[in-house]
Parts: sequence; structure tokens; C-alpha cells
Amino acid sequence: MSTETDDSADADGPEPDADEAELEALRTRVEELEDQLAAIETEVDDGQKSMVIIATKGTLDMAYPPLILASTAAAFGWDVTVFHTFWGLDILHEDRSTDLQMSSVGNPNMPVPNAIASLPGMDRVTTKLMRKRIADNETASIEELLETCFDMGVEMQACQMTVELMDYDEDEFYDDVTVGVGAATALDQMADADIQLLV
Amino acid sequence: MSYEAAVTETLDVKGLSCPMPVVKTKQAVDDLGGGDVLEVVATDSGSVSDIDGWAGGTDGVALLDQAEREDGDETVYVHYVQVEE
Repeated sequence: MSTETDDSADADGPEPDADEAELEALRTRVEELEDQLAAIETEVDDGQKSMVIIATKGTLDMAYPPLILASTAAAFGWDVTVFHTFWGLDILHEDRSTDLQMSSVGNPNMPVPNAIASLPGMDRVTTKLMRKRIADNETASIEELLETCFDMGVEMQACQMTVELMDYDEDEFYDDVTVGVGAATALDQMADADIQLLV
Repeated sequence: MSYEAAVTETLDVKGLSCPMPVVKTKQAVDDLGGGDVLEVVATDSGSVSDIDGWAGGTDGVALLDQAEREDGDETVYVHYVQVEE
């Protein structure tokens, strides 16, 4: 019996070694996976929310939503980027941003029917009405919101392709505007952002 | 009301509408230290929900209380925001 016991002990001898090696390999693997998980968690959820807005419109009314959302998101401490393209560039244009117009035709909230809205000079009239309404309501002006966005560190980008398409000069934009960016830059940032909006 | 004694600074945003009450609150809070209490006085009725939402979604600040008061012929909404230690 004692011999058998010794034999079995001998027979079992190599096995604990194998278990030990296997255990060690598993430990190493677990450590590797923990490291990878920590790296992913750091990358994915650093607690820093971010938002990217694509601003494509340059009428007085449509300039507001991206500016309001961007300044508010910045107040939350989020990383905010507004990528301005096509008519959205006017929001960043030093001269044009102070003189954004309403587009009266096809706007059902205008006080005049389309046939009248299409008359020459009507956009000037409706713009004047809208500006009065903004002032009366003490709604922040476009300039005020722009300044707030810049002050709060919102990244204001001007799409390079459309800057050239609209025949603008880089010098015509506010100093803090980031130029020389394109669709790939926007998509790259949108892929990592928590919120992506097209206005 | 009970937070009035604890107020470190008062921010007057009367007359201003969305998004300025929240934006100016954030800017004022940035200049305060841990434990400080900011009193925000607004006339924008939307500020009640907005300041609450902002405080809830922003690290480092806590909304202690909100109150609605009659101030002459206008209604004011007062918010007490504390910067966390």
C-alpha cells in the first residue's frame, strides 16, 4: 500500500508542476487583460464629455442654435468643437457675423406670405423685425454668444474647402478661429464625441 | 432662505435669457473657491430647470436651493449654487 502510495505520489509529481505553470500563465494573462482594460477605460471614459456641432447655416435665426448649445456645453465643462462649413462660415466671418440676415421665403413663421416675402428688400425688413425682437427680449446677440464661446474655449473651426469655395480669406475670420481643417478632422472628432449635431 | 447667510457672492442675471444665466453662473463659479456659495438672481423662468440641469451635469458644483420671489412687479428666480470642497 505504501509503495502504491509512493508510486501515485511520483505519478502525481509532474502534475503540480504543470498546474503551477498553467496557473502562472493564467496570472500573466489576467494581468495583461487588466492592463488592457485599464487602458481602454482611460481612453473611453475619462469622465470628459465632448460635443461636435457641424454648423452649415448662416441666417440670423439659424446661427443661434449652434452658438447657444456650444456656450452651454462649455458651461458644463465639456470639450466643444463647432465645425463651420458652407453658409455657417458667416458666423465666424468678422464682418458678415455682425450683419446676418433672415431668409423670409419658405419660412412659415414669417409675418408675410411667400409672395410678399420674395419681394426685393423683404429680408431686410424681416431681419430688422427679428433684431428688434431679440433686443426687446434681451436675448443674447450673435456677437455676445460668439465672444462667450471664444472665452470659454470652444474650438471654432472653419472648413478649409468651403472657405475657398465661398472665396473668403482666412484673415477675414476672428483671430481664434481654427482654419485649415476638413471633413476628416470633423469626422475624427465626431467619432470620439459623446454628442454630434448637424445644424 | 436659509442659505442667504452662507452666500459668498451674488450674481445678477436679471433680464438675461437662455443660455446666459447658465453661462454666467459657470463663469462666476470658476472664480470662487471650495465651499463658497453663489447666489444667482434671474428673471428667466427657464433658469429654474436650466440651472438645475447644469448643476446636475457638472462636476464640482451642487445646487443647494432654488426660490421664486416677487421683487416689485417682477418675479425673480434665485438659485444657490455651492462650489464643492
